[in-house]
Amino acid sequence: MITKLIWRNLWRNSRRTLITMASIAFAVLFAILMQSLQEGVFNNLIKNVVNYYSGYIQVHQKGYWDEQILDNSFSGDVTLLAQLQKNNAVTEVVPRLETFVLASNKNITKGCMLVGTDTEKENKLTQLKNKLIKGAYFENDEDAVLLSKGLAKRLQLEVNDTLVLYGQGYQDVMAAGKYPIKGILHLASPEMNDSFVYLPLKACQYFLSADDRYTTISLGITNPDALEPLKKELSQSIGKEYEVMTWQELMPDIANHIKADGFSFYIFSGILYLIIGFGLFGTVMMMTVERKFEFGMLLAIGMKKSQLKRILLSETILIAFCGVLLGMALSFPMVYYLQENPLRLAGDLAKSYEQFGFEAIFPTEINATIFMTQSLIVLVMTIAIGLYPLWFVNGMNPVKAMKK
Amino acid sequence: MKETVIDAHNLSKIYDEKTIPVYALNKVHLHISRGEFTAIKGPSGSGKTTLLNMIGGLDEPSEGFVEINGTNITELKGNELIDFRLNNIGFVFQSYNLIPVLTAKENIEFIMLLQKRPKEETDQRVLELLKQIGLEDKIDKRPQELSGGQQQRVAVARALAPKPQFILADEPTANLDSVSAENLLDIMLKLNQEENMTFIFSTHDQRVINRARRVITMEDGKIVEDTAETVIIHKPK
Ligand SMILES: Nc1ncnc2c1ncn2[C@@H]1O[C@H](COP(=O)(O)OP(=O)(O)O)[C@@H](O)[C@H]1O
Ligand SMILES: [Mg+2]
Repeated sequence: MITKLIWRNLWRNSRRTLITMASIAFAVLFAILMQSLQEGVFNNLIKNVVNYYSGYIQVHQKGYWDEQILDNSFSGDVTLLAQLQKNNAVTEVVPRLETFVLASNKNITKGCMLVGTDTEKENKLTQLKNKLIKGAYFENDEDAVLLSKGLAKRLQLEVNDTLVLYGQGYQDVMAAGKYPIKGILHLASPEMNDSFVYLPLKACQYFLSADDRYTTISLGITNPDALEPLKKELSQSIGKEYEVMTWQELMPDIANHIKADGFSFYIFSGILYLIIGFGLFGTVMMMTVERKFEFGMLLAIGMKKSQLKRILLSETILIAFCGVLLGMALSFPMVYYLQENPLRLAGDLAKSYEQFGFEAIFPTEINATIFMTQSLIVLVMTIAIGLYPLWFVNGMNPVKAMKK
Repeated sequence: MKETVIDAHNLSKIYDEKTIPVYALNKVHLHISRGEFTAIKGPSGSGKTTLLNMIGGLDEPSEGFVEINGTNITELKGNELIDFRLNNIGFVFQSYNLIPVLTAKENIEFIMLLQKRPKEETDQRVLELLKQIGLEDKIDKRPQELSGGQQQRVAVARALAPKPQFILADEPTANLDSVSAENLLDIMLKLNQEENMTFIFSTHDQRVINRARRVITMEDGKIVEDTAETVIIHKPK
């Protein structure tokens, strides 16, 4: 009988019940969509930035990041590389030797960033080959450089010309060398495009008199969400002489930007919840006041407040559950669609993104946690609002309630 | 001597005790025996509803107490009082008597279900009552599909179903046309006779008053006339 009463009460004003469910569903849908999109944009941004050069995690000699000099490089130990590669969460292990040197052609001299790297591994991590606009990609056993476009222009150099490099090698040894230019790279970051020179690792180590030494090992990983635990794990396995840093530590500006954007998202969704919450509260209040006489009558004839409250709570929970489930059911195909057919920025914004070498597309992120948390938030909010009629009944006096 | 059902001693109800006290009920004594069919009349604001609410345990008196079948209900608290109401008192109100989402049959059996009576007993009783109120053909109709008079008849049947000690009806005919009102009174009288059910109802409809066997007249919170005693208890000042 009570079940019958609850069920029929739900449908006594079916349009209102459906509208209420729909608004709950909409809240869930909107929240999930928003967060999926936001998370998608961020992950895409991170992927772009990180894959551009740094990798998600870097390993250095302890102290290198604070003082980036060759004397803080470390001896390339095969077991170290193997140990890093052994971890299942690590996809790429790219050893590099990086330092500032001078690059010159005839009487033009420019400061540049020299990167000695494993050519194949580097390509796997940062897709360096794709950035080639002239010439060909280099091989590990070659003595040839890839030159960034901006630097090539300043030095008035072309493919097959010769680049002169000189500077200070490991332990203050003088370093000087001549290298043929095998290719010109277009690097999207203007800063990198004006200053980067890539040399195969072996050649670079020879040039800097730093045989078998690295400054950095850059890592590609499987799951960007589990960065911190991985960092800890790697730190422990390779020992105290090394520092393990995440991309957030390497690029705090970008990390902060994402954090700030995430914060404004929370404010925005808070406002969304508030609006929907108030709408819902209005409906619930109206329904309650409308049924005041009926509640008064039920209490007068001998129904206990606890019984009545149980009925009202069941009604709320049913509406809330249906609404939330409906919202989840609607969100999934939409999120999926936007993942398969990502939003594409157009116009100036797109251009500025593309300038940085990022495609201006924003796939949504399908993430069970987003579905669960957003749905749970809406569910809890709805049920909290649904406590209003219980509170109303609690303070009710049947005699007063039935008075006109 | 007839069996006493209701005994109200020195009942008063005072509103706005702190500012200007209003005596909604002023030292009322009332005695009702089983099987009585009593009308309470009086102008609006004379205290009819207040008196019925006190007797029905819906409101607490400021002074005095009410005994029902020997139980002092004024001393009952919380769920005890609710259970007492559920098991001993039938209520018919002026309006909003029925649960809108339940059918006539379900409304009538509602109290018996709250009392957790066996299903066969309930079913049998409901059918019997539907017949007595002449609504066998409306068994599955919802309240909004019934006329006002039919709704009030269902309300009377619901109050009567669990065979309470007595039925309180506060202006049950106030929203009815005169034909429906008389019809409702006919049914109440019939049930009063067939089941020896005690009815106490308030009204200011003279034709309804004419059907009552005992008429209590109220004014300013006092009983000024009671045909059972055929004497004027309190002369208006
Ligand atoms: N909750 C209340 N607060 C203040 N005064 C009330 C309240 N309920 C009833 N009264 C007063 O008590 C008196 C009796 O009211 P009531 O019993 O409803 O009369 P009747 O039912 O005969 O019309 C009236 O003067 C009314 O204004
Ligand atoms: Mg009244």
